[in-house]
Amino acid sequence: MKPPVFEYHAPASVGEAISLLGSLAEAKVLAGGQSLVPLLNFRLARPAHLVDINRLAELTKIYERDGGVAVGAVVRQAEAEVDPLLRERCPLLPLALRLVAHPVIRNRGTVCGSLAHADPASELCAALLVLDGRVTARSQRGERVIAAADFFRGTMDSVLEPDELLTEAWFPATAGPVAIAEEARRHGDFALAGAARAGDRLALFGVATRPLLADPADPTRGLEPSSEPECSPDFRLHLVKVLVERVMQA
Amino acid sequence: MIVNGIERPEASDPRRLLSDYLRHDLGLTGTHVGCEHGVCGCCTILFDGRPVRSCLLLAVQARGHELATVEGLAQPEAPMHPVQQAFKECHGLQCGFCTPGFLMATVAFLREFPDPSDAEIADAIAGNLCRCTGYANIRRSVRRAAELSRQA
Repeated sequence: MKPPVFEYHAPASVGEAISLLGSLAEAKVLAGGQSLVPLLNFRLARPAHLVDINRLAELTKIYERDGGVAVGAVVRQAEAEVDPLLRERCPLLPLALRLVAHPVIRNRGTVCGSLAHADPASELCAALLVLDGRVTARSQRGERVIAAADFFRGTMDSVLEPDELLTEAWFPATAGPVAIAEEARRHGDFALAGAARAGDRLALFGVATRPLLADPADPTRGLEPSSEPECSPDFRLHLVKVLVERVMQA
Repeated sequence: MIVNGIERPEASDPRRLLSDYLRHDLGLTGTHVGCEHGVCGCCTILFDGRPVRSCLLLAVQARGHELATVEGLAQPEAPMHPVQQAFKECHGLQCGFCTPGFLMATVAFLREFPDPSDAEIADAIAGNLCRCTGYANIRRSVRRAAELSRQA
């Protein structure tokens, strides 16, 4: 239960970070570390290099941008949860954050780290998708903006390239009703199934290899959840129906 | 880095977890190590005043930061911190393995919520596991700690 050997880098600027990511083979970005460090401790991840972005002050901001709110890559989940701007303009995000793990984990975990990690049961990935948000990725090749609908590829897999740093996520402001609900085995666990709503838009999480947009009138159409010892496909479909009903009534 | 008010040398091996650095390099064995993947909460310490899992941080990441561990709670003039006193009074521990984590999480929680509701208490300690007492006495201890802290 100790991390494997790696070389540690603590860049002082975003420029230095992307130059490291561009030149090192098998490098991983270390942000909050609440997913990556367990993977290292279990030796499920064995990167040759860790690029620690925690000292990049330029990525610690939450600010208004393009009719929404941008959240930098080093913004902790706990900070975003109580941020007045997010609460007013993008209330779904603070609601979703309250369902992420436990308060102590959120003190260190980052919003953008959860997006880059792309766990299929992640509340934040579903929130980005249902809000039609986007992320900014920077590399030595330049900067690109990726829409949520194009970002998630599969289980813990996004279109982010190894040399790219996810520098910020952008969430559009919403005026209509928003809600998020999930069912987990224990408080703070990843959800067996969940639903996030922004106005008429609905996203499901925990039911496929990535978050999915769904039709509120027929949310289980096309879903083929996998069978797991703790949750049969039928039970998962049942959860989806109940949770969608709950968020659509909000 | 500063640990419990004392300047400490930087860790040299990048793969040294902060929990192991505290225990093996500084001899501060009050921080316990249970699951080493962020689930049990035994290794909770304060990092710049906020509770975090020390098993999910590398010791090199603590450079320039201020840490507090359970050893820093009691002071010469007060041999028990109000939170420690409350856990003792309410039997909030049995074997004591999980206790340092509960204490540090509670200290930080009560600073933010000096008069917490039962639901807020349950949420605050949900990330800490205890396998002896169950949680009734621990919740009682946190409530009592809030009373003692307000009197202090």
